[in-house]
Amino acid sequence: MEAKMLLEMYEQMDLIRTYEETLYYLFLEGIMPGSIHQSHGQEACAVGMLYGLRKTDYMASTHRPAGHDIAKGVSVKDMMCEMFGKEDGCCKGRGGAMHTGDITVGAIPANAIVGGNIPISTGIGLSLKMQKRDDVVVCFFGDGASNEGAFHEGLNGAAIWKLPVIFVCENNLYGASTSIKNTLNIEDIALRADSYGMPGEVVDGNDVLAVYAAAQRAITRARKGEGPTLLELKTYRIAGHSRSDGCAYRDDVEEAEWFARDPIELLKNKILKEKIADEQILADIHEKNEQIVNEAVDYAIEAKEPSVDDVLLNVYWEGD
Amino acid sequence: MAQLTMVQALNKAIADEMERDSSVFCLGEDISDKDGGFGGAFAVTRGLYEKFGEERVLNTPISEILISGAAIGAAMVGSRPIADLQYGDFIFCMMDQLCNQAAKMCYMSGGQVKVPMVLRAPVGATQRGAQHAQSLEGFFTRVPGLKVICPATPYDAVGLLKTAIRDDNPVIVFEHKKLYGGKRVEAGAIAPVGEVPDKEYTIDFGKAEIKREGTDITIVANLLMMYRAMEAASHLEKEGISCEVIDPRTLVPFDFDTVIKSVKKTGRLMIVHEDTYSNGWGAEISAYVAEHAIYYLDAPIVRVTTYDTPIPFSPVLEDYVIPSTERIIESVRQLMDS
Repeated sequence: MEAKMLLEMYEQMDLIRTYEETLYYLFLEGIMPGSIHQSHGQEACAVGMLYGLRKTDYMASTHRPAGHDIAKGVSVKDMMCEMFGKEDGCCKGRGGAMHTGDITVGAIPANAIVGGNIPISTGIGLSLKMQKRDDVVVCFFGDGASNEGAFHEGLNGAAIWKLPVIFVCENNLYGASTSIKNTLNIEDIALRADSYGMPGEVVDGNDVLAVYAAAQRAITRARKGEGPTLLELKTYRIAGHSRSDGCAYRDDVEEAEWFARDPIELLKNKILKEKIADEQILADIHEKNEQIVNEAVDYAIEAKEPSVDDVLLNVYWEGD
Repeated sequence: MAQLTMVQALNKAIADEMERDSSVFCLGEDISDKDGGFGGAFAVTRGLYEKFGEERVLNTPISEILISGAAIGAAMVGSRPIADLQYGDFIFCMMDQLCNQAAKMCYMSGGQVKVPMVLRAPVGATQRGAQHAQSLEGFFTRVPGLKVICPATPYDAVGLLKTAIRDDNPVIVFEHKKLYGGKRVEAGAIAPVGEVPDKEYTIDFGKAEIKREGTDITIVANLLMMYRAMEAASHLEKEGISCEVIDPRTLVPFDFDTVIKSVKKTGRLMIVHEDTYSNGWGAEISAYVAEHAIYYLDAPIVRVTTYDTPIPFSPVLEDYVIPSTERIIESVRQLMDS
């Protein structure tokens, strides 16, 4: 059972990285519009949190949504089309890189206002509770969002109403170029959970199994109606904040320490050490992922553009 | 047929809809009257707790981002929340949620999700100073994705609020404090009592009502200003000036057809609102009519509005900045002379 899970986690994490690296090259080649915020290095957070969730559970993401979306089951082809602004995109080309998602698999179209998805997740949890469903909401945000007023109001609301929301802070140590040393006067963001009367936990965000274990504790608690949890996943983005960011604000020693703990490499080493699979099997997984992504790119490039005649569609709801 | 105040009409619309549809619920500060609570800052939600219980009449912390965000999230997954603001001015605390989230969610998801929520916001100057006084309708008329309504009579309050609750888009309902007729009597309140049929009805958005027919000038006015325009019209009739008064009732969508049809008849247009002069919602109406019907106008379009200041506390100053019936009468006289 655990072997199957580890390989599936590996497959998902590798797919996320393959997808995002491909996007990066497409940007460098100048054939993809817009910008991108890669979750490169944070794949264990997405997969550890979302592995095994139901389609009827919800996930609310940020301006860095690709990993979360893929781990929640959004189609890579639909996402790739969205990146190219095509009509076949998951948001029909109206959303773009920071708004991908697919409500039919529980991936709320992502939110590009830092902290904006936090009170919304509380509202989703409120409705789930009112509907007497035992589904949960996993709400991702970064260290920066924990300094927004929306964080305070959203967490407090979920706590007083005991809602099934798992607040997941991916602390990658920088809000864009600004170090958390300049924006937080506490060591751990998880400490803030105390002030809302909910459990808070610091987790190694680069260890997918540690994330998974913490996720299961929080999810179980939420499904039982015992209320929200704040998880702080300590992690690091290997790439810059956005595609133009060369990370001049980070020092080499810090980078080397974190790069040595690449979450995919850590999982790979575990799989090999425990002889769950050999190098060849993992290489085959990667090859399959490359094929999925390359097919998505080929499809997206050829896919049709949205029609300007439809530009007013969905400003207001078009009907069920 | 019942005779209801605005507060009673709004309460009835909410109660009827909560009865009809179990996904409808209310949330806001002090909205429950459980354990001696207010039942709403202006008592609109009084009695609902007893009928529908704590879960559907949900008191919140003083957290406007939470109120709006929770309404949006709940609306996205199957609920129909009615969020309550104690004073419209507090809406600025939730601007991101309203303008970046609620308004854009349907569009930027490519139509994957809808946000069927209502936000009720009391407006109008009532001797409480600058932060409990503004008329903010205009702000939200320029955010694609939001709908904006402003019922001024008990009949319209029931019909329009029911339509708002059933609408699949975010709707902001602006209600005027001087029209409520609740327990808190405001200085200069009108507190209209109106007939509300017992039989179920709704009122479509985008349909203005001609409150009074006339031939010399068209006056478009909403909320409290509609009543002052009507009073001015009665007075001016004695001077031989025939005013046509139109209550737009909803600002988004706006019934331009009714206004333009009236302007073609009268040749003069005045817009009266408690919103500010510069870029208040009347500016858009003025521009639209100039663009589409300028050759039917015999005189410049005039806006009679609150002056461009924060609302002062001093009753003397407050009365001065808000359009009075006298100011409307004098402005009409001047326009008729031009």
